[in-house]
Amino acid sequence: MKRKSGFSLLLVLCLGLLGGLGTAQAGEGVEGTARADKLDACVAPTATMRRSHFELIKHQRDVTVHLGIRKTDNSLAGCVDCHVRKDAQGKQVPVNAPGEFCAGCHEYAGASLDCFTCHATKPTGN
Amino acid sequence: MNKIHYREWGIESPRYWGLLAVLAAIVGVGGFATLYMEHEGHWVTGMTNQIVWGTPHVFAIFLIVAASGALNVASIGSVFGQKMYKPLARLSGLMAITLLVGGLIVLVLDLGQPSRLIVAMTTYNFKSIFAWNIYLYVGFMAIVAVYLFTMMERKANRFSHGVGVFAFVWRLALTTGTGSIFGFLVARQGYDAAIMAPMFIIMSFAYGLALYLLVLMFTFDSDERPLGDAVLRRLKNLLGVFVAAVFYFTVVYHLTNLYGTENHAFEAFILRDGGVYTWTFWIGWVLLGMLAPMGILFHPALGMQRGSIAIAALLVVLGGLSAIYVIVIGGQAFPLNMFPGHTIIESGYFDGVNGVARHYSPSLPEFLLGIGGFALALLVTFIGVRLLQFLPTSLADDVADTQQAK
Amino acid sequence: MSQPTNQQRRAFLAEVTGVAAATVVAPGVLLQSVANAAPRDTAVTDDVRYGMLIDTTKCADGCSDCVSACDKENGLDLMEKPEGASDELWEMQRPRWIRQVKLRNNLTGRVTSLPMMCQHCEKPPCVDVCPTGASFRRADGIVMVDRHTCIGCRYCMMACPYNARSFIHENVQLKTTATPRGKGCVESCNLCVQRRDNGGTTTACQDACKHGAIVFGDLKDPNSAVSQAMAKYPTVQIRADLQLNTGVRYTDV
Repeated sequence: MKRKSGFSLLLVLCLGLLGGLGTAQAGEGVEGTARADKLDACVAPTATMRRSHFELIKHQRDVTVHLGIRKTDNSLAGCVDCHVRKDAQGKQVPVNAPGEFCAGCHEYAGASLDCFTCHATKPTGN
Repeated sequence: MNKIHYREWGIESPRYWGLLAVLAAIVGVGGFATLYMEHEGHWVTGMTNQIVWGTPHVFAIFLIVAASGALNVASIGSVFGQKMYKPLARLSGLMAITLLVGGLIVLVLDLGQPSRLIVAMTTYNFKSIFAWNIYLYVGFMAIVAVYLFTMMERKANRFSHGVGVFAFVWRLALTTGTGSIFGFLVARQGYDAAIMAPMFIIMSFAYGLALYLLVLMFTFDSDERPLGDAVLRRLKNLLGVFVAAVFYFTVVYHLTNLYGTENHAFEAFILRDGGVYTWTFWIGWVLLGMLAPMGILFHPALGMQRGSIAIAALLVVLGGLSAIYVIVIGGQAFPLNMFPGHTIIESGYFDGVNGVARHYSPSLPEFLLGIGGFALALLVTFIGVRLLQFLPTSLADDVADTQQAK
Repeated sequence: MSQPTNQQRRAFLAEVTGVAAATVVAPGVLLQSVANAAPRDTAVTDDVRYGMLIDTTKCADGCSDCVSACDKENGLDLMEKPEGASDELWEMQRPRWIRQVKLRNNLTGRVTSLPMMCQHCEKPPCVDVCPTGASFRRADGIVMVDRHTCIGCRYCMMACPYNARSFIHENVQLKTTATPRGKGCVESCNLCVQRRDNGGTTTACQDACKHGAIVFGDLKDPNSAVSQAMAKYPTVQIRADLQLNTGVRYTDV
């Protein structure tokens, strides 16, 4: 299991890289360009978010997929929408690109980041 | 009384390690093939959205079916009280476990998300025979392990009969479950038949015993342990009977299908027009897998020669793989009958235009994964018999006769 | 650390969903009457059952507008053939949620064109066989896959009588926010579930069909367009013999 998750992490990172290169050619995200950068806190206090954001998202995912409830502030789409940064050219940088909001922390913590094998890494509008 | 003694497999070290190295290499190659498929995704295989189960499933299902069949030898000894089979029981239990491990690993590694095995273990839909099979397979390994313990630990010997009966019932449930994977597929012409479950049971008898015979003959011969004609004759006759039973079920399966008009197209496909599937059916499943081995095993002269018995067992294994191939792949290649009374003349997505079969050509990595599962099962078997006392020191006629007379 | 103000939170929500804060209306009403309404905030119920009627007399031979619209809506057009894959094999491996099929009656020779997709059975074989429950039927009748618990065993694809499901055979680089997609899971038509949950009243294929061959709506509402049309024309289920009570029905097959 352990080796497996390491492998998926690697895969996710590679994917992020490829996504970044292949689609937007985006450079490094610029500090302050994400909407979240301008807010004091997320949907819960920062300490709570750091500790248990995945629980919020996980709960939300089951509620959304099985019950169809979308009106909530805990959706992954909401995370991406608010935390995605732009590069110097104003292009959005995938949140799972190295050093970006999601990947930066997950890399540091050595935690696997599986969301983006399936989910969009920047808002797509629909 | 001539007591049965068991001893670890004693072939000389270079040979033993050489054998392990060869098998480990095959397992390793299978492992690399798996990593490759895992990393790239299933597009590197021959599998498509129409043929969703490919070569790995053929090997996996064969091994799983053979696993439950390998236990038969032990069951005959302890459930049906045939004394001659008693000394054969330990190897039978070991192979039941190792073949199942080999098959399950192939099955799991071919999942789209093997890393989510934990999900499969914790989230169940009890209407799914797959979910039941997870219990049946894991339970089978545990029960057979206990069964082996009761056989090998003298203090536990008295429980051996009870556990053996339980294991026998469980293996019937297990193979029923495996056969039902197909039997429950109401939508597919080739599968929706209750006969699938008993047919799989009888197939498991034959394939399991064939593999057992091969391993028994190889381990005994290489270690220069006496393997008497009495035991061998018994086993080869049993194999012949099992193969004949498979033959019977095959005939009944197709005859019942031929009776119902709705299945005529499917039968024509398998028996006459299906190209590679028709060839595999007649040459692999019927000729090599049933007629030839029966001819050898029941032949007055050939049936007594060890070489030809081994060939017959090998043919049964090949025939078994062919049979599963025809069932799994052939059953999918035949297009779904969505519009009875109509012919699909154009389709945006491979609906069998003008009844043409869906395309599948197996890829090398798939094949390597399947072979890897086989090699793994043998590898663990050979390690097992080397480390623990699974094999009796002698199955010479006098030993076997004494057992019989007891 | 301060709690976010209500205003901030509202702004966040509004931006996420792309609508101004709307007054909350009962979901059923919302779904039936308001086109660009707010996202759902209550669980779907079986008060509605979504379904479709395909009028094959209107479905035009050679037209594939519904297919392209579905591809675009659900990000299927973003899929790229893996480097080194053969074109022929890739066509069989790429996902398809809806497809055009043309039939000829063996006796009469009459030719019919129709789109095939997930039939959203009331008793779906794919749901029965799924070991983990990832293949499920939502209360409102939509049959779909929870990708989070799908292990990629493909048993549902073996069980589906309609060849409606696709397996993702490759790593996916591009996907839309509304339709996540990744290697190793199974997927199929979900009646544009993102539209259902965000107050839309149509499906992409229906919008794209300029011949009006696709009518979508609530089968349980006698006044819905789909119910009205079904009451008017004789309709059939594909593979009615399996008694799956499909949510997608056809005329003149």
